[in-house]
Amino acid sequence: MSLVLIIFSVLSAITLATAFLTIFSKNPIHSAIYLVICFFSIAGHYLLLNAQFLAIVHVIVYSGAIMILFLFTIMLMNLNEQREVHRPRITRLGAIVSFCLICLVLIAIFINSKPIVGEYTTTGEDYQSIKVLGKVLLNEYMVPFEFASILLLVAMIGAVLLSKKEKLEK
Amino acid sequence: MNNILNHIGIENYIFLSVILFCIGVFGVLYRRNAIIVFMSIEIMLNAVNLLFVAFSTYHQDAEGQVFVFFSMAVAAAEVAVGLAILVSIFRNLGSITIDNLKNLKG
Repeated sequence: MSLVLIIFSVLSAITLATAFLTIFSKNPIHSAIYLVICFFSIAGHYLLLNAQFLAIVHVIVYSGAIMILFLFTIMLMNLNEQREVHRPRITRLGAIVSFCLICLVLIAIFINSKPIVGEYTTTGEDYQSIKVLGKVLLNEYMVPFEFASILLLVAMIGAVLLSKKEKLEK
Repeated sequence: MNNILNHIGIENYIFLSVILFCIGVFGVLYRRNAIIVFMSIEIMLNAVNLLFVAFSTYHQDAEGQVFVFFSMAVAAAEVAVGLAILVSIFRNLGSITIDNLKNLKG
């Protein structure tokens, strides 16, 4: 068992465990903290796949921006006292059963498609440094790149408008 | 330069992503708190991103990673608008339990 495989197993265990804890913890703030750990371990997976720039962007965008947004929203709503009523037992049972069934079906699909997966090639060609990514992003994907900026602008305006509207009515 | 997938294998990444995605689906079905539902959606998006990067390494192609950038931009926009909607719902109803949001049901 090589060192890389051990690192992969540990990272995967952390990812899956914290994802489960995100769902099962009662306090939303604890969920957010576990989700941050989950995102960091996914960034570790990116580093393992040698996608350094993506790992950094992932840490900045998810662990930085999105989780801060979540934490501020939780604090704004003052949800840290646990007053969530649970779903009825039949719904929870249905959720667990559907989780197992989806896992079973998807894993069965991918196990059966295994013969299609060929050999791993290594050409030694550089395909994931910032230089190559930037060239691909600004040559072939120029138009989607610009549309992404428009999307972010519209989302920003929409978020401000949605949170401000109630104040004007009062 | 040695390919990392020689040591790990693409199957392990596929299984990890599938289980992570299923955990996300489970969270959406299991919890009532709308914020936790949002977090589960983030987990699902991350599972898909991880698979994109794994296959980008498998095919030695940069386009998978470029797609992950767009997916991150969409996720950031979605979270910003979604949390603004949640704050507005909380101001109106006083709670964000998703079972209370039945006003559209005639």
